[in-house]
Amino acid sequence: MGNRTVIPFGPQHPVLPEPIHLDLMLEDERVVEAIPRIGYIHRGLEKLVEKKDFQQYTYVAERICGICSFMHGMGYCMTIESIMDIKIPERAEFLRTIWAELSRMHSHLLWLGLSADAFGFESLHMHTWRLREQVLDIFEETTGGRVIFSVCEIGGVRKDISPETLDKIDRILTDMEKELKEITHVFLSDSSVKYRTKGIGVLSKQAAFDLGAVGPMAKASGIKRDLRTQGYAAYGKLKFEPIIETDGDSYARTSVRIKEVFQAVDLIKQAIAIIPEGGINVKVTGNPNGEYFTRVEQPRGSAMYYVKASGSKFLDRFRVRTPTFANVPALLETLKGCSLADVPILILTIDPCISCTER
Amino acid sequence: MNFIKKSPWILHYDGSSCNGCDIEVLASLTPLYDVERFGIINTGNPKHADILLITGSVNEQNIPVVKQLYEQMAEPKAVVAVGICATSGGIFAECYNVVGGVDKVLSVDVYVPGCAARPEAVIDGVVKALGILEQKQKRMRKRKYR
Ligand code: SF4
Repeated sequence: MGNRTVIPFGPQHPVLPEPIHLDLMLEDERVVEAIPRIGYIHRGLEKLVEKKDFQQYTYVAERICGICSFMHGMGYCMTIESIMDIKIPERAEFLRTIWAELSRMHSHLLWLGLSADAFGFESLHMHTWRLREQVLDIFEETTGGRVIFSVCEIGGVRKDISPETLDKIDRILTDMEKELKEITHVFLSDSSVKYRTKGIGVLSKQAAFDLGAVGPMAKASGIKRDLRTQGYAAYGKLKFEPIIETDGDSYARTSVRIKEVFQAVDLIKQAIAIIPEGGINVKVTGNPNGEYFTRVEQPRGSAMYYVKASGSKFLDRFRVRTPTFANVPALLETLKGCSLADVPILILTIDPCISCTER
Repeated sequence: MNFIKKSPWILHYDGSSCNGCDIEVLASLTPLYDVERFGIINTGNPKHADILLITGSVNEQNIPVVKQLYEQMAEPKAVVAVGICATSGGIFAECYNVVGGVDKVLSVDVYVPGCAARPEAVIDGVVKALGILEQKQKRMRKRKYR
């Protein structure tokens, strides 16, 4: 048995865009245990419901996390709409779906880039981020913002997309698909990339289930769980199958995310083909009264929103459980027994979003 | 400024931002904006960095981290606060765990507004910080030869 060494990892570390601290217990080069320490980004935004009224809070909800900002806004709005029994126009539901899937594309491309950076493939990182900019351009054209666009509101959406722009998005996505194929091919077949991902950080199906993993983490271990099949927003009217892989290693997780990018392209195209005419929002009167629980499939997995209101402008309680929070136990499991050099890529493999986790 | 005399290296630290500003900082390093072509690099090592770029507000737990990072940097150094969170706390100013903008802990040289701050604005902020770095350097030289 070798000597035990403790290596502190974070809070400031080159591969981590966000601060999280891990104490890595090492035996020679092997990690035997990882102890997380969090709280660097905690803001306490759930309590902000007492200071901002339920309409204003939409903008706070969007800032739970800047990467899946739209989905957080949507989840919050859906919860309030369910409490207040608001039926939003069908066109708004389709627009929400389009933006949500674009967010998924942008988030997965961002992750692919960061993971390429983590295993030292700089040019691949740059290429994926170059493609990601095209998605951001669509955001900017349709909403005005690049990452936070505050376009979701209670009762619908705030902006419409004209038929010409929808056509244009369709065309951009068709062109993008070719480039995406080229780049994702590298992730899936380049031998040096495969060397860093194949068989690394294996999470068995049973472990994924027991530890409550969500999103690509669970899907890569063979658990078929995708909340979009509930049919919220316009997902009920689109055809898709949850993507699963069975190997449970980093390679499988990369592959799930890549397939989800293409799935998102397909879903957006389907939505553009059948989007109905009509209004985009309804007027909201009164205050919410009651409680509700919504689940939304984010790029990183299922997020849950809980709201309790008692008929006043200010909500009693807002609670969100985000996917990274659910994936941390699974991460600690995969870290056990890995070598020190694989730690960065394993931390990235859950697609950590610390600002979601700590709120 | 028509040309830059120095390619500053940047140390990015995420205070308690929502990620919106972080990904915009990273976006300014990648192909569309590409400041790397001017030799501006995002380094992970405070000892190599000239400019400390902070996104997000500070709280009790990260104040020591921010201070430590700043102290480890070599003189002359500049601090750029990116986003309205880093400037004043922004939308989260009323949260119980937010102390306020970065200027509660360090003296900030450049404030970059926006929520999220756009890459153009971030780059502009870094260019401003370059000018400040130069002044600081001049002052340091004077002190040395007196
Ligand atoms: S300024 Fe806005 S986008 Fe930037 S970290 Fe703060 S809330 Fe997020």
